[in-house]
Amino acid sequence: MEKVFSKKNDRKFDPDKIFKMGAVVAGCFVLVVIVLLVFQLITQSYPIWEENGLSFIIGTDWNAADGRESFGALPYIVGTLVTSALAMAIGVPLSIGIAMFISDAPKKIGAPLGFLVELLAAVPSIIYGLWGLYVFREFFMNSVEKPLHNTFGDSIWLFSGTPFGLDIFTASIILAIMIIPTVSSVAREVMKAVPQQQKEAAYMLGATKWEMFKLAIFPYSKTGLIGASILGLGRAVGETMAVTMLIGNATGLNAIPGSLFDPSQTMSSIIANEFVEASPAGLHLPALIGVALVLLGIAMVINVIAHLLVTRMLKVKEGAINT
Amino acid sequence: MSSLEKRQEYRALFKQNVQKRLIVDKIVRIIIISCVIAAIIPLGSILFEVFKNGIAAISIEFLTEIPGSVGSGTGGVGPAIQGTLIVVGLASLIGVPIGVMSGIFLSEYGDNRLARSVRFFNDVFMEFPSIVLGIFAFLVIVLVLGHFSVWAGAFALSLIMFPIVARTTEESLKMVPITYREAGTALGLRKWVVTMRIVIAAAKEGMVTGVMLAVARIGGETAPLIMTILGSSLFFANMNTPMDALPLRIWRLSMLPYESAQLQGWGAALVLIFIILGINLGVRTLVLHKKETMQILKTLKEKVGGKN
Amino acid sequence: MTSKTQTTSDLFENDSEKFKMIAEDVTISYGDIPAVKNVNMKFKEKSVTALIGPSGCGKTTFLRCLNRMHDMTKNAKVEGKVMIDGIDLYSKEIDPIYHRRKVGMVFQKPNPFPTMSIFDNVTAGLRLNGVKDKRILNEIVEDTLKMAYLWDEVKSDLKKPAVELSGGQQQRLCIARALAIQPEVLLMDEPASALDPIATQKIEETITELKKEFTIIIVTHNMQQAVRVSDYTGFMYLGDLIEFRHTKKLFTDPKNDLTAKYVQGQFG
Repeated sequence: MEKVFSKKNDRKFDPDKIFKMGAVVAGCFVLVVIVLLVFQLITQSYPIWEENGLSFIIGTDWNAADGRESFGALPYIVGTLVTSALAMAIGVPLSIGIAMFISDAPKKIGAPLGFLVELLAAVPSIIYGLWGLYVFREFFMNSVEKPLHNTFGDSIWLFSGTPFGLDIFTASIILAIMIIPTVSSVAREVMKAVPQQQKEAAYMLGATKWEMFKLAIFPYSKTGLIGASILGLGRAVGETMAVTMLIGNATGLNAIPGSLFDPSQTMSSIIANEFVEASPAGLHLPALIGVALVLLGIAMVINVIAHLLVTRMLKVKEGAINT
Repeated sequence: MSSLEKRQEYRALFKQNVQKRLIVDKIVRIIIISCVIAAIIPLGSILFEVFKNGIAAISIEFLTEIPGSVGSGTGGVGPAIQGTLIVVGLASLIGVPIGVMSGIFLSEYGDNRLARSVRFFNDVFMEFPSIVLGIFAFLVIVLVLGHFSVWAGAFALSLIMFPIVARTTEESLKMVPITYREAGTALGLRKWVVTMRIVIAAAKEGMVTGVMLAVARIGGETAPLIMTILGSSLFFANMNTPMDALPLRIWRLSMLPYESAQLQGWGAALVLIFIILGINLGVRTLVLHKKETMQILKTLKEKVGGKN
Repeated sequence: MTSKTQTTSDLFENDSEKFKMIAEDVTISYGDIPAVKNVNMKFKEKSVTALIGPSGCGKTTFLRCLNRMHDMTKNAKVEGKVMIDGIDLYSKEIDPIYHRRKVGMVFQKPNPFPTMSIFDNVTAGLRLNGVKDKRILNEIVEDTLKMAYLWDEVKSDLKKPAVELSGGQQQRLCIARALAIQPEVLLMDEPASALDPIATQKIEETITELKKEFTIIIVTHNMQQAVRVSDYTGFMYLGDLIEFRHTKKLFTDPKNDLTAKYVQGQFG
């Protein structure tokens, strides 16, 4: 084809080349943005690293008042990790249960159910927050937190704080609900990727459905399921609004929770709460940008791992066992 | 080789445990169904509460007027609705072309190392916390200009949008049979004409689905708007002043200690969820039967979800 | 019943021997399309029955119904009766698990559990049945791997993941896995299709040996294989069982024109 049209292409402007250039530039846009973004975060948070060094990460003080400025990000790192871990602990088993049900149900039931679960992903974070604040909080405080506190408050430290409903427990439950659509739909995909012959092998041996899952599906899709969970973790770590509205927004040392019923603060919620008021002149803004940098670092590591695991699992499926 | 007797002996060692295993199976089944119910209840409750509480706030005045004085329960969320439409529209103007071209790159010129890394980083970028993107927009636009800016908000949202559009465009284009391209080339058309006229025409439906779902996704975003357009009680004035948006308005209202403000918050939530779920349900029910759209939704399901 | 193709069979007419499995009027359809129509077959204990026919004739579909493997196929429907030791396999009161313990199955493609070791693959079914004694497990693993002619190749390395075996070895591992649950019936769906000639020969030897204790039903489209290993052969065509007789008689003196054409290699 090149030869046939070579005469036309003699013009200096080769539209094909320009078009391709445009496509390549647009494709590379994401790379440029990532580089610029990381660069900006580093340079703009530089003052806080210069001032505090790595003790910014392990410091627990947080004071933005003029003259007494002091910033340590540890409480928020802890807050993020604790809420995300709790959300995983609650959300991942639920999601895998849902994925098991939908992947195994007849299409007539499975498809609409899958659709409903996905609708959970379409609900904006701010609406989870609103619902959490005015509906879920009261229910949860009165029918879960208080009974737990009254029964175990003295014996188990986890339940020792005063139930108020704006605490890491409530925030984690909302987070858990929010990661369900992500984790369950990826889990469903990787479970579906298990070849039918594997299931037949298990049934042939006389396995019940549950045993079939244990023999054929879980071992085969383990990597992908772990990937799905980590993807959920990534989502939980970066989640902002709903958490901001429910976590109680403590700062400094107070944000390190002593029990499930204590308020805390996550990296994203401290940014949402304080960013607009922070003055670019002092250290407050660089400190918040530093928090964002740490948040991005953690989120990126988690997501890269998750992507590699899920892709590996789906690749294994193609070249797996059959000769 | 084992004799018949020996195998009888082995068989005798088998536990008569089928009954027990079937009971375990039933229990697991019940647990699994409870998981499904545990996910459906919050969804049902959210939709029910938003509708029940929100419908009471809705009126023509509520949809069109500026907020009344704090706590009065008068006025409405007109500027927020207007602001959301403006910022989402502008974000689409930036995000859709970049996303579509990037998708074309991945699908039509995507068989090389550069494209593979673009694809990978595109996926990773999609998972960036959206508040970080807001900070980025703040740093490169608001801080440089010295004032809050509608452009900054649109830019932040476009950063959320374009990787989604890129990925769905790629998926849709890849589903167009290679014979279409061959036919176009055989007619003597240039590659860019083939791509724009034939391939994109064939993949239109999937691409539109992707764009619409991306619009629905950014319409609910709050965090990146906080530090870019800030929020306002007034209608849009110009690009260089703060502007309101529905998610921001909901946040503000929900933080106020007045019943009337909460009620307005629910009303704004109803408007927002009506727009977003409307787009979602519309796209899904109108085009769900199409094969390529199913594929797009499958991709989206994995890639798009959590919002901040 | 009126439109049913008459099966040519001179088998078992005044035969008083015991039948391990009996299929009565079995019809299997996917959606509305029948893949197997009104098949009647009896399988004698300790014998090998081969099912032959061109691809798409329904032989694999029929074989799978003998173990209720269609339960997992979403739109498949099985009508008729399948009896094992006089009990209806499709009776609603009994969970298929009870029957599947008696029936081992080997599939066309080897499907070992890829993440498990050789040892764990063979013992997977035993563990389901609550056999935990290490000594017994070792004994059964050795026994069954020997029966599947795999022992000598893997005995030094039973902890190796199953995926690292060659295709032929994987298939023999699957045979061992099926034998380990000590079944009474063994269903084999073209077990040699993925194998090289040497492995095929070994598997055929295994089948001949296993016949002394098992009731074996094998699907094959290799006619020589059917002649070599089976006592009875059923020829299926487009979902009908055309002819079902002693293997020798079917191949040397087919009664039905279709059978004659097929065994002479005129189509297939």
